[in-house]
Amino acid sequence: MRKLFYLLPLLAFMALVGWFALALRPSYNPQILPSAMINKPAPSFDLAPLNGGGNLSLAGLKGQVALVNFFASWCVPCREEHPILMHLVEQEHVPLYGIDYKDRPEDARRILAQLGDPYRLVGMDPDGVTGLDFGVYGVPETYVIDKTGTIRKRFVGPLTAEALRNELLPLLKLLNAP
Amino acid sequence: MKGILAVLTVVLLSSAASAVTPQEKLADPALEARAESIGENLRCLVCQNESIEESNADLAHDIRVLLRQRLVAGDTNAQAIQYIVNRYGQFVLLRPPVEPATYVLWYGPGILLVVAALSTLIWLRRRARTDLATAPSPLTEAEQQRLDHLLRETES
Repeated sequence: MRKLFYLLPLLAFMALVGWFALALRPSYNPQILPSAMINKPAPSFDLAPLNGGGNLSLAGLKGQVALVNFFASWCVPCREEHPILMHLVEQEHVPLYGIDYKDRPEDARRILAQLGDPYRLVGMDPDGVTGLDFGVYGVPETYVIDKTGTIRKRFVGPLTAEALRNELLPLLKLLNAP
Repeated sequence: MKGILAVLTVVLLSSAASAVTPQEKLADPALEARAESIGENLRCLVCQNESIEESNADLAHDIRVLLRQRLVAGDTNAQAIQYIVNRYGQFVLLRPPVEPATYVLWYGPGILLVVAALSTLIWLRRRARTDLATAPSPLTEAEQQRLDHLLRETES
Protein backbone atom coordinates (compact mmCIF):
# COMPACT_ATOMS: atom_id res chain seq x y z
CA MET A 1 0.00 0.00 0.00
CA ARG A 2 2.77 2.42 0.97
CA LYS A 3 4.73 1.48 -2.10
CA LEU A 4 1.75 2.30 -4.25
CA PHE A 5 1.60 5.69 -2.56
CA TYR A 6 5.13 6.45 -3.69
CA LEU A 7 4.15 5.51 -7.25
CA LEU A 8 1.56 8.28 -7.31
CA PRO A 9 3.82 11.02 -8.72
CA LEU A 10 4.92 8.66 -11.47
CA LEU A 11 1.31 7.85 -12.32
CA ALA A 12 0.41 11.53 -12.37
CA PHE A 13 3.35 12.19 -14.65
CA MET A 14 2.31 9.38 -17.00
CA ALA A 15 -1.21 10.80 -17.13
CA LEU A 16 0.20 14.18 -18.06
CA VAL A 17 2.39 12.68 -20.78
CA GLY A 18 -0.62 10.82 -22.14
CA TRP A 19 -2.61 14.04 -22.23
CA PHE A 20 0.15 15.86 -24.09
CA ALA A 21 0.52 12.99 -26.55
CA LEU A 22 -3.20 13.22 -27.30
CA ALA A 23 -3.01 16.97 -27.85
CA LEU A 24 0.01 16.59 -30.15
CA ARG A 25 -1.49 13.98 -32.46
CA PRO A 26 -1.42 15.28 -36.03
CA SER A 27 -5.18 15.12 -36.59
CA TYR A 28 -5.94 17.38 -33.63
CA ASN A 29 -6.20 21.07 -34.40
CA PRO A 30 -7.12 23.30 -31.47
CA GLN A 31 -8.00 26.09 -33.89
CA ILE A 32 -11.02 24.15 -35.11
CA LEU A 33 -13.94 24.94 -32.88
CA PRO A 34 -16.88 22.72 -32.17
CA SER A 35 -20.06 24.13 -33.62
CA ALA A 36 -22.75 25.31 -31.26
CA MET A 37 -25.30 24.42 -33.92
CA ILE A 38 -24.84 20.64 -34.11
CA ASN A 39 -28.17 18.82 -33.74
CA LYS A 40 -30.06 22.09 -33.73
CA PRO A 41 -32.43 23.31 -36.41
CA ALA A 42 -30.56 25.18 -39.13
CA PRO A 43 -31.22 28.92 -39.05
CA SER A 44 -33.72 29.88 -41.69
CA PHE A 45 -32.48 31.76 -44.71
CA ASP A 46 -33.88 32.94 -47.98
CA LEU A 47 -31.19 34.16 -50.33
CA ALA A 48 -31.34 35.66 -53.79
CA PRO A 49 -29.84 33.26 -56.33
CA LEU A 50 -26.53 33.90 -58.05
CA ASN A 51 -27.66 32.54 -61.42
CA GLY A 52 -31.40 33.07 -61.68
CA GLY A 53 -33.95 30.44 -60.68
CA GLY A 54 -35.66 30.47 -57.31
CA ASN A 55 -34.24 31.70 -54.02
CA LEU A 56 -32.06 29.40 -51.96
CA SER A 57 -34.02 28.85 -48.77
CA LEU A 58 -33.95 26.39 -45.89
CA ALA A 59 -37.55 25.40 -46.71
CA GLY A 60 -36.38 24.48 -50.21
CA LEU A 61 -33.82 22.02 -48.80
CA LYS A 62 -36.21 20.05 -46.62
CA GLY A 63 -36.87 16.41 -47.40
CA GLN A 64 -33.31 15.58 -48.43
CA VAL A 65 -29.94 15.27 -46.80
CA ALA A 66 -28.18 18.32 -48.20
CA LEU A 67 -24.75 19.86 -47.99
CA VAL A 68 -24.49 23.61 -47.64
CA ASN A 69 -21.09 25.01 -48.51
CA PHE A 70 -20.09 28.58 -47.65
CA PHE A 71 -17.58 29.83 -50.19
CA ALA A 72 -16.32 33.01 -51.80
CA SER A 73 -14.38 33.95 -54.89
CA TRP A 74 -11.75 35.67 -52.73
CA CYS A 75 -11.17 32.59 -50.60
CA VAL A 76 -8.00 30.69 -51.44
CA PRO A 77 -8.73 27.46 -49.52
CA CYS A 78 -12.04 27.27 -51.44
CA ARG A 79 -10.01 26.67 -54.58
CA GLU A 80 -8.17 23.89 -52.85
CA GLU A 81 -11.50 22.37 -51.88
CA HIS A 82 -13.09 22.76 -55.28
CA PRO A 83 -12.01 19.42 -56.86
CA ILE A 84 -13.40 17.60 -53.82
CA LEU A 85 -16.75 19.30 -54.26
CA MET A 86 -16.78 18.37 -57.95
CA HIS A 87 -16.01 14.77 -57.02
CA LEU A 88 -18.79 14.76 -54.41
CA VAL A 89 -21.34 15.88 -56.93
CA GLU A 90 -20.17 13.89 -59.95
CA GLN A 91 -19.28 10.59 -58.28
CA GLU A 92 -21.40 10.57 -55.14
CA HIS A 93 -24.37 12.59 -56.43
CA VAL A 94 -24.67 14.53 -53.20
CA PRO A 95 -27.08 17.49 -53.31
CA LEU A 96 -24.71 20.40 -52.75
CA TYR A 97 -25.84 23.98 -52.28
CA GLY A 98 -23.60 27.01 -52.15
CA ILE A 99 -23.79 30.19 -50.14
CA ASP A 100 -21.63 32.89 -51.64
CA TYR A 101 -20.29 34.64 -48.55
CA LYS A 102 -19.48 38.37 -48.64
CA ASP A 103 -18.75 38.37 -52.31
CA ARG A 104 -19.54 40.26 -55.49
CA PRO A 105 -21.85 38.24 -57.75
CA GLU A 106 -19.79 38.92 -60.88
CA ASP A 107 -16.66 37.58 -59.15
CA ALA A 108 -18.46 34.45 -58.00
CA ARG A 109 -19.92 33.84 -61.46
CA ARG A 110 -16.50 34.22 -63.04
CA ILE A 111 -14.82 31.76 -60.71
CA LEU A 112 -17.58 29.17 -61.13
CA ALA A 113 -17.40 29.55 -64.90
CA GLN A 114 -13.65 29.13 -64.73
CA LEU A 115 -13.43 26.14 -62.36
CA GLY A 116 -16.80 24.48 -62.89
CA ASP A 117 -19.98 24.86 -60.85
CA PRO A 118 -20.65 21.98 -58.45
CA TYR A 119 -23.69 23.59 -56.83
CA ARG A 120 -27.34 22.84 -57.54
CA LEU A 121 -28.14 26.36 -56.48
CA VAL A 122 -26.13 29.23 -55.09
CA GLY A 123 -27.58 31.88 -52.79
CA MET A 124 -25.87 35.17 -52.15
CA ASP A 125 -25.04 36.33 -48.67
CA PRO A 126 -23.39 39.69 -49.45
CA ASP A 127 -23.32 40.95 -45.85
CA GLY A 128 -22.55 37.64 -44.19
CA VAL A 129 -25.79 37.69 -42.19
CA THR A 130 -26.63 34.06 -42.91
CA GLY A 131 -23.02 33.23 -42.11
CA LEU A 132 -23.41 34.83 -38.68
CA ASP A 133 -26.61 32.86 -38.08
CA PHE A 134 -24.78 29.63 -38.87
CA GLY A 135 -21.80 30.60 -36.72
CA VAL A 136 -19.42 30.69 -39.69
CA TYR A 137 -16.04 32.08 -38.74
CA GLY A 138 -14.16 31.57 -41.95
CA VAL A 139 -14.79 30.19 -45.41
CA PRO A 140 -14.99 27.51 -46.53
CA GLU A 141 -17.34 25.83 -44.11
CA THR A 142 -19.60 22.94 -45.00
CA TYR A 143 -22.74 21.94 -43.14
CA VAL A 144 -24.65 18.67 -43.35
CA ILE A 145 -28.38 19.33 -42.99
CA ASP A 146 -30.65 16.32 -42.61
CA LYS A 147 -34.15 15.73 -43.97
CA THR A 148 -35.78 17.58 -41.09
CA GLY A 149 -33.62 20.66 -41.49
CA THR A 150 -31.34 19.87 -38.55
CA ILE A 151 -27.61 20.56 -38.73
CA ARG A 152 -25.78 17.28 -38.20
CA LYS A 153 -22.17 18.21 -38.86
CA ARG A 154 -19.91 21.08 -39.67
CA PHE A 155 -16.60 20.96 -41.52
CA VAL A 156 -14.37 23.97 -40.97
CA GLY A 157 -11.86 24.71 -43.70
CA PRO A 158 -11.48 22.86 -46.97
CA LEU A 159 -12.95 19.37 -47.17
CA THR A 160 -10.23 16.80 -47.65
CA ALA A 161 -10.38 13.42 -49.33
CA GLU A 162 -9.73 11.92 -45.91
CA ALA A 163 -12.61 13.77 -44.25
CA LEU A 164 -14.82 12.71 -47.12
CA ARG A 165 -13.96 9.04 -46.77
CA ASN A 166 -13.88 8.83 -42.99
CA GLU A 167 -16.58 11.24 -41.92
CA LEU A 168 -18.78 12.78 -44.57
CA LEU A 169 -19.73 9.80 -46.73
CA PRO A 170 -20.44 7.46 -43.77
CA LEU A 171 -22.59 10.18 -42.18
CA LEU A 172 -24.53 10.77 -45.39
CA LYS A 173 -25.10 7.04 -45.72
CA LEU A 174 -26.41 6.90 -42.18
CA LEU A 175 -28.69 9.90 -42.61
CA ASN A 176 -30.04 8.64 -45.94
CA ALA A 177 -30.86 5.21 -44.56
CA PRO A 178 -34.61 4.83 -44.26
CA MET B 1 15.00 62.79 -20.97
CA LYS B 2 11.81 64.78 -21.19
CA GLY B 3 11.11 63.20 -24.56
CA ILE B 4 11.49 59.70 -23.13
CA LEU B 5 9.18 60.59 -20.26
CA ALA B 6 6.58 61.91 -22.65
CA VAL B 7 6.71 58.74 -24.75
CA LEU B 8 6.51 56.56 -21.64
CA THR B 9 3.52 58.50 -20.38
CA VAL B 10 1.67 58.01 -23.64
CA VAL B 11 2.55 54.33 -23.85
CA LEU B 12 1.70 53.54 -20.24
CA LEU B 13 -1.48 55.54 -20.05
CA SER B 14 -3.05 54.37 -23.30
CA SER B 15 -5.38 51.43 -22.81
CA ALA B 16 -5.74 48.42 -25.11
CA ALA B 17 -6.38 49.65 -28.60
CA SER B 18 -9.99 49.48 -29.65
CA ALA B 19 -10.76 48.42 -33.19
CA VAL B 20 -14.23 49.92 -33.12
CA THR B 21 -14.59 52.36 -35.99
CA PRO B 22 -16.59 55.57 -35.64
CA GLN B 23 -19.19 54.27 -38.09
CA GLU B 24 -19.88 51.29 -35.85
CA LYS B 25 -20.39 53.36 -32.72
CA LEU B 26 -23.91 53.88 -31.53
CA ALA B 27 -25.24 57.41 -31.21
CA ASP B 28 -26.44 56.72 -27.69
CA PRO B 29 -23.35 56.78 -25.44
CA ALA B 30 -25.00 54.66 -22.73
CA LEU B 31 -25.87 51.94 -25.24
CA GLU B 32 -22.41 52.16 -26.81
CA ALA B 33 -20.81 51.77 -23.36
CA ARG B 34 -22.91 48.65 -22.76
CA ALA B 35 -21.92 47.28 -26.16
CA GLU B 36 -18.24 47.87 -25.41
CA SER B 37 -18.41 46.27 -21.99
CA ILE B 38 -20.07 43.18 -23.47
CA GLY B 39 -17.75 43.12 -26.47
CA GLU B 40 -14.65 43.15 -24.29
CA ASN B 41 -15.68 39.73 -23.00
CA LEU B 42 -16.48 38.18 -26.36
CA ARG B 43 -13.77 36.32 -28.19
CA CYS B 44 -12.99 37.02 -31.81
CA LEU B 45 -13.15 33.56 -33.40
CA VAL B 46 -10.54 34.36 -36.00
CA CYS B 47 -7.80 35.67 -33.72
CA GLN B 48 -9.05 33.66 -30.72
CA ASN B 49 -7.13 35.55 -28.07
CA GLU B 50 -8.46 39.00 -28.81
CA SER B 51 -11.85 40.31 -27.91
CA ILE B 52 -14.12 41.51 -30.68
CA GLU B 53 -13.61 45.06 -29.47
CA GLU B 54 -9.84 44.77 -30.02
CA SER B 55 -9.74 42.71 -33.18
CA ASN B 56 -9.50 44.09 -36.68
CA ALA B 57 -10.79 40.89 -38.26
CA ASP B 58 -13.82 41.17 -40.52
CA LEU B 59 -15.71 38.69 -38.42
CA ALA B 60 -15.09 40.75 -35.27
CA HIS B 61 -16.54 43.74 -37.09
CA ASP B 62 -19.62 41.71 -38.05
CA ILE B 63 -20.17 40.53 -34.49
CA ARG B 64 -19.70 44.07 -33.12
CA VAL B 65 -22.36 45.32 -35.50
CA LEU B 66 -24.63 42.39 -34.67
CA LEU B 67 -24.20 43.01 -30.94
CA ARG B 68 -25.10 46.68 -31.35
CA GLN B 69 -28.14 45.76 -33.43
CA ARG B 70 -29.34 43.45 -30.66
CA LEU B 71 -28.94 46.16 -28.03
CA VAL B 72 -30.74 48.73 -30.17
CA ALA B 73 -33.51 46.17 -30.67
CA GLY B 74 -33.96 46.20 -26.89
CA ASP B 75 -32.09 43.08 -25.77
CA THR B 76 -30.75 43.00 -22.22
CA ASN B 77 -27.01 42.32 -21.87
CA ALA B 78 -27.72 38.68 -21.04
CA GLN B 79 -30.03 38.25 -24.03
CA ALA B 80 -27.53 39.80 -26.42
CA ILE B 81 -24.75 37.55 -25.11
CA GLN B 82 -26.99 34.49 -25.36
CA TYR B 83 -27.84 35.41 -28.95
CA ILE B 84 -24.18 35.22 -29.89
CA VAL B 85 -23.45 32.15 -27.75
CA ASN B 86 -26.31 30.33 -29.53
CA ARG B 87 -24.47 30.81 -32.80
CA TYR B 88 -20.84 30.50 -31.82
CA GLY B 89 -20.94 28.40 -28.67
CA GLN B 90 -19.51 29.10 -25.25
CA PHE B 91 -16.06 29.42 -26.73
CA VAL B 92 -16.87 33.06 -27.55
CA LEU B 93 -17.01 33.86 -23.86
CA LEU B 94 -13.55 35.00 -22.77
CA ARG B 95 -14.64 34.32 -19.20
CA PRO B 96 -16.08 30.80 -19.12
CA PRO B 97 -19.23 30.34 -17.00
CA VAL B 98 -19.08 28.25 -13.81
CA GLU B 99 -20.91 25.02 -14.62
CA PRO B 100 -20.22 21.28 -14.26
CA ALA B 101 -18.11 21.14 -17.43
CA THR B 102 -15.84 23.92 -16.16
CA TYR B 103 -15.61 22.97 -12.47
CA VAL B 104 -12.12 21.56 -12.99
CA LEU B 105 -11.06 24.80 -14.63
CA TRP B 106 -12.47 27.02 -11.90
CA TYR B 107 -11.90 24.94 -8.77
CA GLY B 108 -8.97 22.71 -9.87
CA PRO B 109 -6.22 25.14 -8.82
CA GLY B 110 -7.86 25.72 -5.43
CA ILE B 111 -8.22 21.99 -4.82
CA LEU B 112 -4.58 21.45 -5.82
CA LEU B 113 -3.51 24.17 -3.40
CA VAL B 114 -5.47 22.61 -0.53
CA VAL B 115 -4.07 19.14 -1.29
CA ALA B 116 -0.53 20.54 -1.45
CA ALA B 117 -0.97 22.48 1.80
CA LEU B 118 -2.41 19.44 3.61
CA SER B 119 0.33 17.11 2.43
CA THR B 120 3.00 19.63 3.43
CA LEU B 121 1.39 19.95 6.86
CA ILE B 122 1.24 16.17 7.31
CA TRP B 123 4.82 15.84 6.17
CA LEU B 124 6.07 18.56 8.54
CA ARG B 125 4.24 17.05 11.51
CA ARG B 126 5.50 13.58 10.80
CA ARG B 127 9.03 14.91 10.50
CA ALA B 128 8.75 16.76 13.82
CA ARG B 129 7.57 13.54 15.47
CA THR B 130 10.39 11.39 14.03
CA ASP B 131 12.91 14.06 15.03
CA LEU B 132 11.77 13.75 18.62
CA ALA B 133 11.86 9.97 18.55
CA THR B 134 15.32 9.68 17.04
CA ALA B 135 16.93 12.70 18.69
CA PRO B 136 20.00 11.67 20.72
CA SER B 137 19.53 11.72 24.53
CA PRO B 138 21.32 14.55 26.36
CA LEU B 139 24.88 13.99 27.54
CA THR B 140 25.43 12.42 30.89
CA GLU B 141 27.56 14.30 33.45
CA ALA B 142 30.62 12.16 32.79
CA GLU B 143 30.33 12.67 29.04
CA GLN B 144 30.00 16.42 29.50
CA GLN B 145 33.12 16.52 31.66
CA ARG B 146 35.05 14.56 29.12
CA LEU B 147 33.91 16.87 26.34
CA ASP B 148 34.91 19.97 28.30
CA HIS B 149 38.26 18.39 28.99
CA LEU B 150 38.87 17.62 25.33
CA LEU B 151 37.87 21.14 24.27
CA ARG B 152 40.23 22.69 26.80
CA GLU B 153 43.01 20.44 25.57
CA THR B 154 42.66 21.55 21.97
CA GLU B 155 42.48 25.21 22.99
CA SER B 156 45.71 25.18 24.91
